[in-house]
Amino acid sequence: MSAVVIAGNGPAAHRLAERLRRNGHRGAITLCGDEQEPAYQRPLLTAVLTGELDADDVRLAALPDDVRVLTGVTVTGIDRRHRQVLTSDGRRHRFDHLVLAVGARTAVPDVRGLRAARGLLAEGVRRLRSLADCREPCVGPTVVLGGGLRGVEAANALASFGHDVTLVYPGRTPLHRHVDARAGGLLARALSEAGVGLLPGRRVTGHGPGVVSLDDGRELPCGSLLLCSGTTPNTALAREAGLAVHRGVLVDAQLRTTDPGIHALGDCAEHQGVVLGGLTHAWRQADRLACLLTGGQERNSDTTDVTVLRPRTQGFDLLALGPKNAFHEGMAEDGEEVVFHDPARGRYARLILYRQRVRAAVLVGLPRAAATVQGLHERGLLVPRDRLAFLSGTSGVYRGQPAPDTSVVCPCNNVTRGTLRAAWDQGARDADRLVSSTGAATGCGTCMPFVREFCAELSREGMVP
Amino acid sequence: MRGVREVMTHCPYCALQCPTRLRSDDEEVEVSPGSLSDGRPGALCRKGWTAPELLRTPDRLLQPLLRGADGELVPTDWDRALDFMAHRLRDLRTEHGSDVVGVLGGGGLTNEKAYLLGKFARIALGTSRIDYNGRFCMSAAAAAGNAAFGLDRGLPFPVTDLEDAQVVLLAGANPASTMPPLLRHLERAQLVVIDPRRTATARRAALHLQPAPGTDLALLQGMLHVAVVEGLVKREYVRERTVGFQGAWQQASAWWPERAEQVTGVPAAEQRAAVRLLAEAERSYVLSGRGIEQHTRGTDTAAALINLSLALGLPGREGGGYGCLTGQGNGQGGREHGQKADQLPGYRPLSDPVARAHVARVWGVPVESLPGPGPSACELLGMLGAPGGPRALLVFGSNPVVSAPHTNHVRERLAALDLLVVADFVLSETAALADVVLPVTQWAEEEGTLTNLEGRVLRRRRLLRPPGQARSDLDVLSGVAARLGQPAERFPTVPRLVFDELRAASRGGRADYSGIDYERLDAGEVLHWPCPTAGHPGTPRLFLERFAHPDGRARFAEVDHCDPAEIPDEDYPLHATTGRLLLHYQSGAQTRRISELAASAPNPFVEIHPDTAHALGLSDGELADIDSANGHVVARVRLDRGIRPDTVFVPFHFPGRGTANLLTGNALDPVSGMPQFKSVAVRVTAHGAAGETA
Repeated sequence: MSAVVIAGNGPAAHRLAERLRRNGHRGAITLCGDEQEPAYQRPLLTAVLTGELDADDVRLAALPDDVRVLTGVTVTGIDRRHRQVLTSDGRRHRFDHLVLAVGARTAVPDVRGLRAARGLLAEGVRRLRSLADCREPCVGPTVVLGGGLRGVEAANALASFGHDVTLVYPGRTPLHRHVDARAGGLLARALSEAGVGLLPGRRVTGHGPGVVSLDDGRELPCGSLLLCSGTTPNTALAREAGLAVHRGVLVDAQLRTTDPGIHALGDCAEHQGVVLGGLTHAWRQADRLACLLTGGQERNSDTTDVTVLRPRTQGFDLLALGPKNAFHEGMAEDGEEVVFHDPARGRYARLILYRQRVRAAVLVGLPRAAATVQGLHERGLLVPRDRLAFLSGTSGVYRGQPAPDTSVVCPCNNVTRGTLRAAWDQGARDADRLVSSTGAATGCGTCMPFVREFCAELSREGMVP
Repeated sequence: MRGVREVMTHCPYCALQCPTRLRSDDEEVEVSPGSLSDGRPGALCRKGWTAPELLRTPDRLLQPLLRGADGELVPTDWDRALDFMAHRLRDLRTEHGSDVVGVLGGGGLTNEKAYLLGKFARIALGTSRIDYNGRFCMSAAAAAGNAAFGLDRGLPFPVTDLEDAQVVLLAGANPASTMPPLLRHLERAQLVVIDPRRTATARRAALHLQPAPGTDLALLQGMLHVAVVEGLVKREYVRERTVGFQGAWQQASAWWPERAEQVTGVPAAEQRAAVRLLAEAERSYVLSGRGIEQHTRGTDTAAALINLSLALGLPGREGGGYGCLTGQGNGQGGREHGQKADQLPGYRPLSDPVARAHVARVWGVPVESLPGPGPSACELLGMLGAPGGPRALLVFGSNPVVSAPHTNHVRERLAALDLLVVADFVLSETAALADVVLPVTQWAEEEGTLTNLEGRVLRRRRLLRPPGQARSDLDVLSGVAARLGQPAERFPTVPRLVFDELRAASRGGRADYSGIDYERLDAGEVLHWPCPTAGHPGTPRLFLERFAHPDGRARFAEVDHCDPAEIPDEDYPLHATTGRLLLHYQSGAQTRRISELAASAPNPFVEIHPDTAHALGLSDGELADIDSANGHVVARVRLDRGIRPDTVFVPFHFPGRGTANLLTGNALDPVSGMPQFKSVAVRVTAHGAAGETA
C-alpha cells in the first residue's frame, strides 16, 4: 500500500485526497497546508470579503478520518533519494507518491510603501489569496490594483455592496489580455454602471497611510489597497529538489514532473508551455491523478491550451474562450468570423469558427449564448445554422408556420381552429357551446382564453356581410 | 341488467385520477368529467375522454390461454389454467425452493390487488422476489422523500393548494402532456420548468431551464449555491426544522452558477433568476417529475431538489411545499401495500422486526415464515432463468417488454424461464410471450380503491360485468393460493374485505389507512392518509408541525454531481432521453388500442433539432436508425427546434422496432434501483445507411 503525500491543502489537494479514498486507495494520505486554517473554498473568498458569507460558510467538507491533514505545516524540502519530504515542524514524511499542489502566490509589485518592515505587507495593503486576507472588511475607499479576473470580480462585488471602489489597471480596458477593445469597452461600461471607478492605463507608484499615488502624479484616498496584480506559480520547492521548472513545475500528460514519483497539479503546474489557472481545471487534474494513482484507466487527458474566462460577476455576463491570439491569427481556410454588436444594449459577440465549430469566442451581455457557446466548444459540436438567433438566445426560425385552420388550439383534445370554426358554423355561437361541442378546453383548460377570443373574432367576422 | 346505469368513478390512467361519471345503456358507455372534491366541475384530457373505448376493445382477452405443445397460445378454462400453473409452481418450488418464483406487480393495480399480491407472494409462495414497475417510476423520489422527511407521500398537500401558488418549479415534469388537467391548478402560478426539451409545459413557463440530460444535479447544486450566496436561505426555518444544512452546502459550495453553467448549459443568470423567483414569492412550490429522477443518480438528484426546497423554507408550511408528481394511476397506493421488494403494508420496512411481527399477526402466520427483502425490479428481471435466479415469473399489471430498460435483455431473460404467467386484459407484448395468460378485469368492471398523487384514497366503482370469463386479479390470487394449500379465508376475493384487512395491516404504519373504509369514502368524505381512527379526518397536509423523523426535523442530504452512466462520445455522440406523449399511457398497451389516440399518435418517432438533423442529412418524416450500446431502434424523424441540439427524444409507448427501451441500459441508481431512462448516448443515422439493421 503506497503512501501519498500532498503538499498543499487547498481545494484541489482536498479533492485529490477525497477522490483517492473514493477510488479505493488504502495507503496513507497526508496533506500539508501552510495555513493554520482547515481547507476552504478559495473561489468564494470575494463573498467573504463582502460579508455575504461567513468564514465558516466556505469550509470544505471534512476528509475521511484516515486522511492526515497537517495545518500550519509547510513542506520545506524534498529528499528524493530517501523518498521523504521535510516539513517546517522539523519532521520527515515518507512517500511513494508526492503531489505538489502548492498553488500560486500574488505578485507584489515593486512599489514604494507596499511593504512594511521584515517584508510584511504595509497596513491597509492586502492580497486576496487566503481566508485570512478576507476576514476583515475593507475600510474606507478601496483601491483594487489589477484589471485581471480577480481584480474585476473583487471590484464588482465590493461595488455591488456599496463600497467606494476604484479599479486601477495598466491596460486600455479591464481584462485586456483576454478580450478585444469592443468587449473591453462594454465591460468597462458595465463596471462603471455598477459603481466601480475606473482608472485605465495607470500604475500605482507609491503607497502611504490612507493614500496611493499613481504614475500620472495623482493621489487617491485609499483605506484598503487590494493587490490583484497577477500571480506567480510556487515553484521554489520543486526547483530546490532539482525538478525541471519553467514558469511552473513542468509536468507531462500524466501530471508527472521530471521525477516520475512526484506529480504536480493546479496553479503551480505547467504543461506544454501553459499554466492553466483556475480551480475547475485543477479539480479535473485532481480527478485524473486520483484515477491514475489508483490504477484506473485514464480518460482523455485535457491537454489543451484553451483558456475559458467566465468571471463570476453578477449583473453582466462575459465569456472569453479560446487559445491565445486566436483573434490575431489569420483566418484559416475553413474559418469564419461572426460579429454581433449592439452597443446601446451592451451586447457584443465575436466568434471565430473553424469548420463550423467554435475556436474562439468573446461574448458580453449575452448570458444564454455564453452558456451555449461553452457547451458547443467543450464538445466540439456544430454551431447552429442560424448564427444570429443562437447568439441572441432565441431558437431560429426553420420552418413556415402551420396554416391557420390546421393549427391546434387545444392539444389535450386535439381541437384545431378549423374544428372550432366548423362548430361555429353549425350553431355553437358562444364560448361555452364551442367548448361542449368540440371538447376544447376540457383538459388542462389553458386554451379557454383563446377559445373566448376566437369566438369574439368569429362573431366579428360574422357581422361582415 | 337493463336500462341506463351510472356510476361515479375515476379515469383509468394517471395518478391525478380525475373523477368521472360513467353512463351505460347496454350499447355504449359514455364518460363525462365528475366533480372535484370541492364540488367544482372537473376535466378530462383526451385519454380520459376516449377511455370507454378500452372497455370494448375487439382483442380483449375473454378466456385463459395456455401455450400448447406446438408453441401456440390456445384458449382453455380457468380450472385447467390454474391447475397447470399451481402444478408447475409446486414442482419448481419442491426442486429449487421458494425463491424460484418471482412476482412483478404494477402501479396501476388497485390497493386491494397490490396488497393481496404482496401477501400472496410472501405467504402463499414464500418468495422474497417480488417487486413492481413503480420501481421504474417513483422509487428515486420515494427514497429521497423518505430520507428527507421520514415519510413519502407524492404531494404532502392537496393538489388544489397549488391554485394559490405564485411560483411553481417543475423539475423534470411535463404535466401539460402527462396529466393535462393538473394545469388547471397552476393557472395563476408563474412556472419555472427544468427540461432539456421545450415541452408543452415549458412553452408556458416564465422561465425554462434547459440542462443537458443527466446534469440536473449540477443545476440544482448551482441553484442552492445561489440561494446561499445571495442570502435567500430561510435561516430560521433551517435552524429550527432541519438538520444537515452544512453538509449539503459544503457540496454545493463548489457549484457557483458559472461552473454549473459549464456542465449543464443553463446560463448562470437564469439559475439566479429562477432561485430569486422562488425565494421572493410568498407562496412557492417545488415539484419533481421523472425527468430528474430516472437516472443512476436519481435519488441524489431528488435529494438535491429537496435540499433546495428546504433551504428556501418551503416544505411543511401552508402556502408552500415540495412534492413529487406520481405517475401511474395507483403509483402512490401501489408503493404502500407490500408489492415492493422491501416493504410490508402500511409503507412499513420489511426489515423492521416490529413491522414484521405486526403484519405476521394480521396474516396469522409465524413471523419467521416472512421472507426478507428481495431484489429490485430490474435486478429481478436480470436474474430470471439464471443460475440461482427465479425460474418462474408471475406478472400482474405490467408490460416490461416495453416499459423496462434494455428490453432485448428482458426478452432474453423471459425466454430463459420455465414458466411465465401474465395476468392482463389484453394480449400485451409481455403476455404474448407467456406460457399462461389470465384474462382479468379492468377499471369499469371492478370495485376497489386507488390512492392518488396527493395521498387521497379514491373509490373505483363497477359499471359493467366483466366480459367473457375475465375475473378479478383477486380471484386469480385466491384460486392459485387455494391450489397451493392456503386456507380460503386468507385470500378473500371481495374488494371490501381485502381493504378491511389492508386497514388492519397498515395500522400504525407510515401510511396508516385504518380509519378509512368504503362507507366513509362512499359518503363522499375526502380522506388523505394517514387516517388512524374511524373518526379521524385524514391528513390533507403533512409536516405542518413536524416532519416524520423522531426528532421532528427534515434532513438535508449530502450529495454531489457526477457524470451519468453513459455520456456521449465519438461513437454515440448524442444524448437520448425517453418519455411520454399526451396521447399515450405507459407501455401503450391500453391507449394504442383506442382508435382516436392511435390515429393521432400512431408511430414511434425521434424528436430532433433541425440543425442536428441537417448535419446528419435527415429530413422531417423520414425513417432513422437510432443506435446505442444497448440496442437499435427505427423511428421517424420529427423536427423540433425546441429540443437541445445535442439531444434527441424518443417516446417509450411503442412496441416492436420502435421500442425506445431497446436503447436504454442496465445501469441502476444504487439507492433506489431506478434505471437510467432519461440519458443514454446514441447515434442517429438515415435508415439503412449503415448497411445493416436489426
